[in-house]
Amino acid sequence: MIEGISIYEILTLSTIVFFIGVYGFFTRENLITILMSIELILNASALNFVVINTYLYPDFLQGAVFAIFIIAMAAAETALAIAIIINLYKLVNSVEVKDTDTLKY
Amino acid sequence: MDFSYTVYILLIPLALFLILGLGSKKIKPAISGWLGSLGLGIAFILSYYTAFQYFTNGKVNEVYQTFVYKYTWINFTDQLHIDMGVLIDPISVMMLVVVSTISFMVHLYSRGYMKGDDGYTRFFAFLGLFSFSMFGLVLATNIFQMYIFWELVGVSSFLLIGYYYTKPSAVSAAKKAFIVTRFADLGFLLGILLLSYFTGTFDFQILNDPEGAIITQGVAQSFMGLSVITWALMLIFIGGAGKSAMFPLHIWLPDAMEGPTPVSALIHAATMVVAGVYLVARMFPLFYFTDDGFALQLVAYVGGFSSLFAAIIALTQYDIKRVLAFSTMSQIGYMMLALGVSKYEGHEGLGYMASMFHLFTHAMFKALLFLAAGSVIHAIHSNDMRDMGNLKKYMPITHVVFLIAALSISGFPGFAGFFSKDEILAAAFENNMLLYIIGVFVAGLTAFYMFRLYFNIFWGKQTKYDHAPHESPASMTIPMIFLAFMSTFAGYIHFSEYITADRMPFEAHFNVTLAIVASTVGLIGIILAYIFYKKPTNLADKMVAAFGSFYQWTYRKFYIDEIYLFVTKKIIFARMAAPMAWFDKNVVDASMIGIGNSTVKTSEKIKGIQSGKFQDYAMAFIGGAVVIAIIVFYIWTK
Repeated sequence: MIEGISIYEILTLSTIVFFIGVYGFFTRENLITILMSIELILNASALNFVVINTYLYPDFLQGAVFAIFIIAMAAAETALAIAIIINLYKLVNSVEVKDTDTLKY
Repeated sequence: MDFSYTVYILLIPLALFLILGLGSKKIKPAISGWLGSLGLGIAFILSYYTAFQYFTNGKVNEVYQTFVYKYTWINFTDQLHIDMGVLIDPISVMMLVVVSTISFMVHLYSRGYMKGDDGYTRFFAFLGLFSFSMFGLVLATNIFQMYIFWELVGVSSFLLIGYYYTKPSAVSAAKKAFIVTRFADLGFLLGILLLSYFTGTFDFQILNDPEGAIITQGVAQSFMGLSVITWALMLIFIGGAGKSAMFPLHIWLPDAMEGPTPVSALIHAATMVVAGVYLVARMFPLFYFTDDGFALQLVAYVGGFSSLFAAIIALTQYDIKRVLAFSTMSQIGYMMLALGVSKYEGHEGLGYMASMFHLFTHAMFKALLFLAAGSVIHAIHSNDMRDMGNLKKYMPITHVVFLIAALSISGFPGFAGFFSKDEILAAAFENNMLLYIIGVFVAGLTAFYMFRLYFNIFWGKQTKYDHAPHESPASMTIPMIFLAFMSTFAGYIHFSEYITADRMPFEAHFNVTLAIVASTVGLIGIILAYIFYKKPTNLADKMVAAFGSFYQWTYRKFYIDEIYLFVTKKIIFARMAAPMAWFDKNVVDASMIGIGNSTVKTSEKIKGIQSGKFQDYAMAFIGGAVVIAIIVFYIWTK
């Protein structure tokens, strides 16, 4: 419960962050920035969990626990993604999305 | 008496086939030749031992017993089951002797004849396969087992005819032989199915028991006035006629001469082609007692006609192996004729005994004729008798053995063929005058064409050879000498003491009058051939001119091949197969191809969707999610 800030404002914030992430995911050319966009999406959802938990069920902690899970998962995923990107760089000498479209028909 | 060891006669050639066949690249030719000969030598000794044991100790109360060693292979019902095993009775023992003798001699001979050939080991492997199958056919305990081995001899015949597989003529001859006999075997199979369906058994002993229910009561079903068993037997005889090259299924036999000559001697003269005769003999009681021997009459007439037909064609052929092939067909016709006119009991069953007797002697002298012809071909590298002449100077041993065999087949008094042919003619004389006259006429023709062959090869014109022909090596002459011995003296065996229709020995009377008639006719044939061909004369040409178009018909083998070609090409292929092929190609296949093609075309158009860019996929995913969300939302709020 934060004084002077209602749940709507925070949810609006998380929505904005989510769509910034989605937009970045679609439009960025660089794999690293795409990874960052994914982090934004994940953070937005983690924020949703915490906020809704705090405002609707203040006596419980599930939302916060979920947020921690998401952070842990995001860290793992980032590590994996970075590993993939490094290997990709070694292979095609680039981290641009346009160079990684060989997996098709 | 225990004859269970006879199974080794069968298994030794099989082992040879497996060893030589699997190791054909590794085993040296010399070793494979010896190995094959050794294996067949053992089978040869075992067969003679069996024959000795059986014919001395196999009788109980003056009746030859049947010994069966078998196990059940496939069990349909308590009665109907397919067994595998060996059956020892007079004719199977006799066939063991025939097959093992010829096979052993051919193995020995082939060591010389095939020397230096690339596929030497393969050749011996196939010979092993053939010997195995033939022994299996002979020893079969039931008709289904016989059918299995029947097909196996067919396939080994196919392999051996097509042995020179780089030669197109050999390949097509092999195919022809296989297809024609296989076509005939369809009849055999139908006959087996019909017979087993109505009698409920495959077993020879049950089928052929003269006191058994099948013969005494028959089956109730009949078709067009004939018992179903008669129909089954006629169908089975079609299979036998195909294998034994009876008219009109004989067309494969002359072409089968494309195979190596030892193969012709073994398979297409002495053993496999008499399988049809053996089949009829094996089921003789059933043939004889069903519908008063209606099917047997068919056998007699087909045999008589084929023997005449083939003898006439043999007069005009120039390829020495083809002359012998037609001669084989003619002699097998003789055997069929004898079986067909035979009755069952005692001396009445003379024809049965004569048929088996002739089978035995024919195997000896015809194999010898082929081996001698092979020896000639080996020396001058040609099959055509017009390329030959005066060879007696170069090849004395071949000359003598060929003469013995020719005298034997012509029924010259004292030689083996004389005795067996005389019995056949006596049997025909007692039962069917028409067939007797045909038989005597054929005997004259046989003598004429055999001596036409003999004089053309060994006497006749002085032919210039590029390099002087030489006598064949000992490996080839020794088997020929052994067979010449058999061709001379096999006639003195008293067959009627060993092999009779009802298993009881009888005293065959030598009919002097008939013997004189037959040998006179034979002598006339020989003398005519002497006048025509001893020295180069133009008598033969005059005869050709006198016969005119009949000669052409004969030379072209009565256009039977052409008729077959016409029926298959113009009628079956053009009128039936071609429309079916069109339908298959343009309707059945085309619809399937259409489905395939439209799939390919569609995929060409839409495959761009899969761009490989993951952001596109994500876009589609999100877009889809949004659309679904809107729809769900819309429905929910309504």
